[in-house]
Amino acid sequence: MAGIEIRNLRKHFGELHAVDGVDLSIRDGEFLVLLGSSGSGKTTLLRMIAGLEQPTSGEIAIGGERMDGDVPPRARGIAMVFQSYALYPHRTVFQNIAFPLEANRTPRAQITEKVRWAADLFGITRYLDRYPRQLSGGERQRVALCRAIVRDPHVFLLDEPLANLDAKLRNTARDDLKRLQRRIKTTTVYVTHDQVEAMGLGDRIVVMEHGRIRQVGTPREVYENPADTFVATFVGQPPMNLLNEGDTLIGFRPEHFLPRRVFGADADLRSFPFTVRRVEYLGSDRYVYGTVPAGGGGSDVAVIAELPGNVAVEIPEGQTQEFAVPRRAVHVFDAETGVRRGK
Amino acid sequence: MKRRALADRADVLGGVMLAPALIYVTLLVGVPFLLAILLSFSNATAGSLRFEFVGLRNYGAILRDPIFLRALRNTAVVAIGSQILVIALATAAAQVFRATFRGKRFFRFVLLLPWAVPVSLAAIAWTWIFDSTFSVINWTLKVSGLLHGWLYWLGDPTLALFAIIIVQTWRIFPFATVIVLAGMSSLPSEILEAAVVDGAGFWRRLLQIELPLLTPVFAVAVLFGVVYTATDLGVVYILTGGGPANTTHVLPTLAFQRGILGADLGQGAAIAVFLLPFLVVVAVAMLRLARQTEVGGARDESP
Amino acid sequence: MSRRKARRIAKRVGLYAAAIGLVTFAGFPFYWMLITAFKQNRDLYVGASDTGHVPWIFNDPPTLEHVKLLFTQTEFPRWVLNTLLVVVVVVGITVVVAVPAGYSLARLAGQWGQRMGMGIFFTYLIPPTLLFVPFARLVSLLHLQDSLWSLILIYPTMTIPFCTWLVMGFLRSVPWDIEEQAMIDGYSRLAVILKVAPRLIVPGILTVVVFTFTLVLQEFVYALTFISSVDKMTVSLGVPIALVRGDVYHWGALMAAALFTSIPLAIVYNAFIDRFIQGFTVGAVKG
Repeated sequence: MAGIEIRNLRKHFGELHAVDGVDLSIRDGEFLVLLGSSGSGKTTLLRMIAGLEQPTSGEIAIGGERMDGDVPPRARGIAMVFQSYALYPHRTVFQNIAFPLEANRTPRAQITEKVRWAADLFGITRYLDRYPRQLSGGERQRVALCRAIVRDPHVFLLDEPLANLDAKLRNTARDDLKRLQRRIKTTTVYVTHDQVEAMGLGDRIVVMEHGRIRQVGTPREVYENPADTFVATFVGQPPMNLLNEGDTLIGFRPEHFLPRRVFGADADLRSFPFTVRRVEYLGSDRYVYGTVPAGGGGSDVAVIAELPGNVAVEIPEGQTQEFAVPRRAVHVFDAETGVRRGK
Repeated sequence: MKRRALADRADVLGGVMLAPALIYVTLLVGVPFLLAILLSFSNATAGSLRFEFVGLRNYGAILRDPIFLRALRNTAVVAIGSQILVIALATAAAQVFRATFRGKRFFRFVLLLPWAVPVSLAAIAWTWIFDSTFSVINWTLKVSGLLHGWLYWLGDPTLALFAIIIVQTWRIFPFATVIVLAGMSSLPSEILEAAVVDGAGFWRRLLQIELPLLTPVFAVAVLFGVVYTATDLGVVYILTGGGPANTTHVLPTLAFQRGILGADLGQGAAIAVFLLPFLVVVAVAMLRLARQTEVGGARDESP
Repeated sequence: MSRRKARRIAKRVGLYAAAIGLVTFAGFPFYWMLITAFKQNRDLYVGASDTGHVPWIFNDPPTLEHVKLLFTQTEFPRWVLNTLLVVVVVVGITVVVAVPAGYSLARLAGQWGQRMGMGIFFTYLIPPTLLFVPFARLVSLLHLQDSLWSLILIYPTMTIPFCTWLVMGFLRSVPWDIEEQAMIDGYSRLAVILKVAPRLIVPGILTVVVFTFTLVLQEFVYALTFISSVDKMTVSLGVPIALVRGDVYHWGALMAAALFTSIPLAIVYNAFIDRFIQGFTVGAVKG
């Protein structure tokens, strides 16, 4: 078990700054998610922790020990699960899981014991004699996890391991993963571009963009107190609505933007005339797409409202209704930098 | 409904475009191939139009001929011996050329030279290198203290065969290197990285992960190498002419000597026919190996 | 950590050593060709048992006498012309026959096209040292013995199968899109073939030309079998067989000839090597 300290880490590929000055403290035993779009630097950061890429400058320390450029991955006490799982196609499941132990010259009897333990943990004991090509995606993923866990690593590194699974499988896999981590309490760094996954899995989330950290916080912190407009619009689906008001941007989430009459008479609100263009009926919710007039002239701004199913108000298309947001749910950002100013 | 114009009929166009090649190959490869086999059962000569079936007489004659049996053995020894060396050298060369270092392009250019050179010219150059009186190799070995007597390379049956193996290896390994390199770069990098993270050192990665995954590539390289070596006439013909005293003949040179120079087409054909089982066995074995290993484990197809 | 650093340096040194070793093995015969071609005879014909004399360097100043001999007193220039003639005609035949065939098998033939392609490729594996026996008969029947036309007739049997397969493999990596788009836009299939496809296959055609060129230049067996007059020989045949005066090999001139033939070939090979291998391995490993 180990924490990870990252100080002023940079990785440049020629002109491209893939990771551009990252400071991060990862606590021992926590499940940390690196969230960002492609090109945000999250995977590069993960690979530098693993030792597969060397930093251009900066330091990484795992468990208090500095990891210089020539510390190879195997000496870092880490295990990694790749997006493609990277199973050895010419070896059986058993041999795949056993490989790291063999590389470490573990005695044969111990290898068998550990492999069986890991396979048991993930429920794939009956596949031990099969080859990767005979398994489904979900099963292969579990084999990859077994192979990672069998070395008792201090840190788990996971690179979008759920990306290749279909949607239904992803939910159960997510659940399994989190419960497992809670049980074995190994520090885990998890990379994803899917903010739902991030919110569901992370003890803390690190939102990254263009090689820099935008915010670090619990899912709640990141969602309810976004540090800037990027985090505000990246996390949360549908994204937060943003309106210009002088030199500020005000933001409010679609689920807080409801018809005026839903609120009590003396609620502290901000109101907007909402011209409805289109309503999407999605079962549990309705998404309402429309426009409100821009503050201080200019063309109308597109805005989304999310109505839960139990709000039974009629929303006719093409008409204008009064919608409102509780004042305490309005975020204020600086219009130039995008940074939060408070509420 | 518009009728399909002739210009749209894929089958007609395809046929027309394919026809010349098919005709050529059938008439000038297929037919001669069958003819060769037929000839081996005849007593035809190149001079006249005589053609009588004599059954298995040619085969009987050569199977009793110690020179033929020796040629058969030599062909196998040269083909297999050289390919073993080729695989070893090609793997080493591929490792070297995978890494980046200065002067790589120059190295690559030189490495490809043996394959680019015409066989006959390379053979004559090596004949000069192995020359009994003027051999540079002997000089170098003597000067470095490794040689105390003298090596009559092309005059001694065993040494001559060894020389032939060296030349064939030299000729083929650049080609094999290029194939192995192409194969190595098509290995998914994540699998190799996983092996690094799993703790495997250089040798374990090479022997337990890379080489097994490269089996189909090696199979193809060996297949071509064996074909090029076993069926090659130039190297042996120019280096030793089959000598000394018919001890270094291989099947192609013996077939040439008996069939073309000696004008006994029947016997020539029979000798050459013995190349076929060789080639067929190797081709089948290698193709089987090539299909066996799939690197399909990394992709996700089923739910 | 210095042990790790030491290991890394050792690895680098090992790498360079291996590279040098391999390159020496591959290249020293060429260096030897080079030296021999320009050495004076008295520097050249010194017995190797004389350890005082170093054969690897010029002990006397280099000379052009061998080159002069090669170009003025031997049939070498004639052989070069012969070879060029054969090359040009065979390249022409091969491109005209193999490229459409490869296109047909890759685009127009579907499933059995693949099989047929493999079949055609396998004919390439039938060795010349088997076929030369019936060919000898055929050539004498057609009265083509001792004529360059025998080579022009026979060489395509080697180039067409391999080049058809090369073009097939190459086309498999070129997506259908542009041709399909042309057909949707109104071109007939024939028009697509004549107008759109050629531009796409140019690299493939180039590879065919290069391969055929190198194959003709390197071919020895058929030339040896069918050509006997010195003035009709090709370079690949004449140099090792006919650069002899009586029983004496003129090694200087021989090596000069070998060198002059190898260098253009090597340059051409190097320029096209990547494409070549691409066509090769795509077909073999995936086919």
